[in-house]
Amino acid sequence: MSGTLVLAADPMLAGDIGLVEVVLTLAKVVVAFAFLLVAVMLMIWFERKLLGGMHQRFGPTIAGPFGILQTLADGTKLFFKEDLVPDRSDRFVFKLAPYLSLIPAFLAFAIVPLGGDFNNAGQVEWWGRTTYLQVADPPIGILLFLAMSSVAVYGVMLAGWSSGSKYPLLGSVRASAQMVSYEAALGLAVASIVLVTGGLSTHDMVVAQAAEGYFGIIPRWNVIVTGLVPFIVFMIAGTAELNRPPFDLVEAEQELVGGFHTEYSSIRFALFFLAEFMNTITMSAIIVTLFFGGPAGPVLVSEVGGVGIAWAWGVVWFFLKLFVLLFCFVWMRATLPRFRYDQLMDLGWKALIPVALGWFLFLTALDVGREQGWSEAAVTVVSLLVFAGAALLLVRAVRSGRGIRDSEAARADEQSDPVEDRA
Amino acid sequence: MAEAVFVVSAVIILVGAVGVVASRNPVHAALFLVQTLVGVAVLFVLNDAHFLAAVQVVVYAGAIVILFLFVIMLLGVDKAEELRIEPIFGQRPLAAVVGAALVAVLGTVVITGADVLTGLRRAGGDRALDGDATDIERMGRVLFSEFAFAVEITAALLTVAVVGAVILTRRTSRSDGSTSAETTVRET
Repeated sequence: MSGTLVLAADPMLAGDIGLVEVVLTLAKVVVAFAFLLVAVMLMIWFERKLLGGMHQRFGPTIAGPFGILQTLADGTKLFFKEDLVPDRSDRFVFKLAPYLSLIPAFLAFAIVPLGGDFNNAGQVEWWGRTTYLQVADPPIGILLFLAMSSVAVYGVMLAGWSSGSKYPLLGSVRASAQMVSYEAALGLAVASIVLVTGGLSTHDMVVAQAAEGYFGIIPRWNVIVTGLVPFIVFMIAGTAELNRPPFDLVEAEQELVGGFHTEYSSIRFALFFLAEFMNTITMSAIIVTLFFGGPAGPVLVSEVGGVGIAWAWGVVWFFLKLFVLLFCFVWMRATLPRFRYDQLMDLGWKALIPVALGWFLFLTALDVGREQGWSEAAVTVVSLLVFAGAALLLVRAVRSGRGIRDSEAARADEQSDPVEDRA
Repeated sequence: MAEAVFVVSAVIILVGAVGVVASRNPVHAALFLVQTLVGVAVLFVLNDAHFLAAVQVVVYAGAIVILFLFVIMLLGVDKAEELRIEPIFGQRPLAAVVGAALVAVLGTVVITGADVLTGLRRAGGDRALDGDATDIERMGRVLFSEFAFAVEITAALLTVAVVGAVILTRRTSRSDGSTSAETTVRET
């Protein structure tokens, strides 16, 4: 056993850890948690208001100006409702499940860089300590996000199972199958980013994207560096991972009543609701970090009255990008109809995973070519040809497989005379 | 600090391990297994094996136990088990003997140090993780240089397993209308 615990690459935690370091870390945790809670409150209002606008109705209007306090009113109402635990439920697991949803949502947010001046490696100086504006920068970096999204499956799965009722169980089996399937595509999209960054740390990813861009105006964001495909894959897989529309067949009301949280009421239901929106915000923040340079951006005014505010511009850019992404999530929800279950699985396994994998190999080939001094154009053309050939093969395989299945099903229908067959 | 973390996670791991064996409900047993796996992940972090810790959570807790839960839920065996019937004759005494042997081996290792049994003092030898490179970097280098063949063969094995599973579960109907699975059963 090694004597020291390396928990983060944060320069503040590299040396001796005294009172100031502990207080600063605690302050970061509290600020991040408070931010997430307030953001969830505003996000629910924002989503309802925006959906209302897109549906040509008003959305919340009564509580507070523009109905902005609606979430607070709803939360208070849920808090004072009767808390029911179904008779046939597994009581302990039933009570545990909401927390298993909520905690991973917050933990994944800890690795998101929230601000800082990334023209200066994103470091800020507070009370003589150099640190990052993010709760933690663990050595496994982005893997923590993947780990948390795989742990989050438990909340959904156990909630459905422990309810001791049919529809929640069906909903939770659907949900966990969906989340497990799309995690693979999510991981492959992340792998492309890790490849171009050369490391797992989210802070390093932002530093790499803050470097000099193309032609002086186009930023060096990973969405451009990795050629858009990983971003599209990540966006689709992320939406499916969040169980948001158009992938919300987990709680398809027409089929499953309310999905895995049908039996939940009062504050436990509120926790699931909170986790859902917290996950949306965390996912958007992760997308901003991975693909849109996180808090990296120009510093317009570096000082006000002798106080350095360069780090605050990072916060501003981060929030602007986060806001745009959250808008996109609501926009998709308002626009796209829900997928069917087999379409969902087809999209995940037969489209997203092969595309993400192929694109990852393409990026690797480019990287190797650059190292070996091969002509970039030749590498690109050959890789794209191979890519196209593989895609063609895959499409043919899927099509012929479907053809065989259909003809077999037709023949089975024709021939199967159940009574005769058994005899 | 390190000792405190070790003691706490050891307690978590052991409670989980006992829980897996002792709980009557299979879903509870699977949850105790998750507890043990996460505890082991903490021990990996304690030993600077951050990547292993992440993989432990992603693969074991995130995929394998989820698969267990799936099977438990879909087969509907999530009821308390009947423990009085012995499925295989002589299973219990044999388990006791093997368990005692395992305790003896582990006891020897703990008391005398690892080299008595294997001759090795520390796993990994000169590849131990005390350089500048992160564990993921070293692991990648070793896997794709020294153990490249092992990696490729494992990959081939996994592919074979997947294809085999698909073939075994796929019901292709023959001309006489029976499925291949039924035909195999009839022939044997």
